[in-house]
Amino acid sequence: MSSAVLSSAPPQEVAAAPPMGDVLPPVKPKRGLIGFIRRNPTMAIGGFLLLLMVGIAVFAPLLWTVDPTALAPARRTREPSAMYWFGTDMLGRDVYSRVLYGARISLIVGFSVAFFASVIGLTIGLVSGYVRWADSIIMRIMDGMMSIPSILLAIALMALTRGSVQNVILAITIAEIPRVSRLVRGVVLSLREQPYVDAAVAAGSRTPRIILRHILPNTLAPITVQATYVCGAAMITEAILSFIGAGTPPIIPSWGNIMAEGRALWQVKPYIVFFPAVFLSITVLAINLLGDGLRDALDPRMAKRV
Amino acid sequence: MFAYAVRRVLATIPVMAIVALFVFSLLYIAPGDPAAVIAGDQATPQDVERIRASLGLDRPFLIRFGEWVWNILNGDMGVSIFTNLPVTTMIQQRIEPTVSLMVLTLCLAVSIAVPMGVIAAWKQGSWIDRAVMGFAVLGFSVPVFVVGYVLAYIFALELDWLPVQGYTAFREGFFPWLENLILPAIALGGVYIALIARITRATMLEVLQQDYIRTARAKGAGQRNILFLHALKNAAVPIVTVIGIGIALLIGGAVVTESVFAIPGLGRLTVDAILRRDYPVIQGVVLLFSFVYVLVNLLIDLAYTLFDPRIRY
Amino acid sequence: MAEPLLVVENLQTHFRTPDGINRAVDGVSFHVNAGETVAIVGESGCGKSVTSMSILRLIPEPPGKIAGSIRFQGKDLLKLSEPEMRAIRGNEISMIFQEPMTSLNPVLNIGRQIGETLRLHQGLSARDAEAKAVEMLKLVGIPEPGRRVREYPHQLSGGMRQRVMIAIALACNPKLLIADEPTTALDVTIQAQILELMRGLKNTVGAAIVLITHDLGVVAEVAERVVVMYAGKKVEEAPVVELFNTPRHPYTQGLLGSMPKLGSSLTGTETRLAEIPGLVPSLKQKIPGCVFASRCPHATDLCVKVAPALEEKAPRHVAACHYALKEGAIAA
Repeated sequence: MSSAVLSSAPPQEVAAAPPMGDVLPPVKPKRGLIGFIRRNPTMAIGGFLLLLMVGIAVFAPLLWTVDPTALAPARRTREPSAMYWFGTDMLGRDVYSRVLYGARISLIVGFSVAFFASVIGLTIGLVSGYVRWADSIIMRIMDGMMSIPSILLAIALMALTRGSVQNVILAITIAEIPRVSRLVRGVVLSLREQPYVDAAVAAGSRTPRIILRHILPNTLAPITVQATYVCGAAMITEAILSFIGAGTPPIIPSWGNIMAEGRALWQVKPYIVFFPAVFLSITVLAINLLGDGLRDALDPRMAKRV
Repeated sequence: MFAYAVRRVLATIPVMAIVALFVFSLLYIAPGDPAAVIAGDQATPQDVERIRASLGLDRPFLIRFGEWVWNILNGDMGVSIFTNLPVTTMIQQRIEPTVSLMVLTLCLAVSIAVPMGVIAAWKQGSWIDRAVMGFAVLGFSVPVFVVGYVLAYIFALELDWLPVQGYTAFREGFFPWLENLILPAIALGGVYIALIARITRATMLEVLQQDYIRTARAKGAGQRNILFLHALKNAAVPIVTVIGIGIALLIGGAVVTESVFAIPGLGRLTVDAILRRDYPVIQGVVLLFSFVYVLVNLLIDLAYTLFDPRIRY
Repeated sequence: MAEPLLVVENLQTHFRTPDGINRAVDGVSFHVNAGETVAIVGESGCGKSVTSMSILRLIPEPPGKIAGSIRFQGKDLLKLSEPEMRAIRGNEISMIFQEPMTSLNPVLNIGRQIGETLRLHQGLSARDAEAKAVEMLKLVGIPEPGRRVREYPHQLSGGMRQRVMIAIALACNPKLLIADEPTTALDVTIQAQILELMRGLKNTVGAAIVLITHDLGVVAEVAERVVVMYAGKKVEEAPVVELFNTPRHPYTQGLLGSMPKLGSSLTGTETRLAEIPGLVPSLKQKIPGCVFASRCPHATDLCVKVAPALEEKAPRHVAACHYALKEGAIAA
């Protein structure tokens, strides 16, 4: 092979190739807040709606509400009006005020369950994924618990305790733990096979250090995503428990309770059920959108999927 | 294959044992005195003692658990505190509506959700995909009783097309049965459809990336052929698995749906039992539902070979 | 003279990506005569596979977009409707892919996968299609075809699967067979068998072949004419012997230089394999000059500024290089 066929001098006349046009319009990557929203529309919408709901919950007393538990038999079951924006219920309580205060209960239950289920599930999952002999025992127990549909499990637990917000949180947390721990265990098991974990073991790192330095940080992304879904599911479960009379005590204005009270009248006064239903649905929707957006952002491989 | 099936069936025994242990021990791990909670606020100390004795809370845990399991294996789930009827009798009286509702919902949901997921995956990124995904996230977000009320309000109260509430037994005719169940089934199916459509879409997206799909296109196969034969058959195992797991959602949702539509099934029985703190009934229903759930998933596990020749036991 | 079987003119296949347009194929022209074997060679990512997929319109649109013209037996494939295109795929033009392990559907048996083309294009019944599938398996040299036809891909070895792929591709007696790296994923001994099979079948079936490969050894064995691609463009085209003897484009020279030669000592310093330094430029940037300039040992200012046109440097031998001499010119 020689370059005998190449000349070193410039050619006499240059034969330039005809320029090629593009067959597609140009793409301009967007930056800044607009870019973020365009790239993560679900996360942006979900985050915005959730912030709105948290704002409503926190500032409920300032948002032209009255005492949500104040009875006024004289103004029972008023239709929504300028005076009673969402109407009044069968005891004359202002549904608007009850719905706004109800955001507090739903959010507290959702966030608490997400937090406790994640922390406990994370611990169980880490132990199970890392301690061989404990794994089979723990996972058999989790299998058993997961075989009980979680709403039924929460119902059964609630049937044995007095209704209170704490007990509702406890019951839903117990029902959600198996799923979180299974997820964490799965992540841990796959991480254990990673070369850098082997390297850490070979380098003589102790197990607690390996878990803290190498395993734990990698479980945070999936568990954050899972926590948002747990949060949404917990809010729905709370509403269902209250709705069938096994949740928070009726005196507390939770969305489930408001709907439970509106049940008897739903054919004639549907708004009593309607307003808390809309708020609950929007809140859970916001959390689920946030979860979907987080998942797409944290795990590019999973992006645009489930 | 047969050996695997036997092993797989045997493997469900410890799971069921743990379910039983868990359902049974709820009485003991509940905070406070369950006998007092069950007896209610107006109960006399004698009432509490009577309930304590009838639940066996006065005897050692393991002995009581042994008895309870033995009785269940002999078809005795105890006696309702409230009605004094055997729990098995009460379950028998209420089982048909619940089975009807769940089977109808299952058929409806699968036949809607799978094509939805397939089309969404095919048209990834299009408005139809967005609509399916939007519906799915809504399905996860709107509680089943809200869907139930909205449907009942529109189709039963406003349009008057269907009955608002109630149940007609299957033996009184298919159409009266369907008329009563169609709204509850759609309401109950919402989450389930969302779940199945999402997993179908996700799995199909993955399968459609595969080289053998390109081969099928290079052969000149049509779009429907590619989607529903080449791709869907490969996506079947995860989809079927999720259909099985999702039955837990159906069971939980049935409890609520039956309340909304006044269907006299196991869900109503559960809710009534909770309100009366009738614990033997709650135990019985939870145990039954859990066993059914385990069994269905066992059958699905065994059915994998039908979908994928690579799975050999 | 009648028009060749396939004429690709100014083919452009671009893809929309989040960070710009990927110009995978940008202005490629070539033709294939009936019964001829043309090889398209180049490094991975040079657009040769995208070119082959574009011919059958297997590029998903969007995010892709195909422009130019692809005339097959006088018809512009880019202007056909999807059903008209389906009638051509697997029937008049068929394709073999690189990965025999993943290119067969794992949940359908072999007979069904071979039979599918016959049922689609020749309207055979399921039973006749299976009988024909057995025949095809025999033709591609699979032992016990009657039993294999009921088996699934995971029960076959890689070489067997590629034979099945060939059986699928040839079932309808296509006029053009596009083979995209048909032997790359196989063991060397199996490679030789598959090439031998393709050569034999080409003679019996009489199909033209477009062979996509990065393996110049394979090219030397089976091709009659070679198209060299680099960064989405055709940089050289010549009959195979001519190309191997007098490569005109510095990229082709580099490719040939990086190929080990049989019989040369591996210890001698002069036989060290040459490598082409540098990386293929990003296809997302528009390059004003010669696409190979960034890696070319002979590149000058002119090469960076002005893209060279394809010029006939010798009879039937074109190259896109300002400095490639025309035959008869005197090297300065």
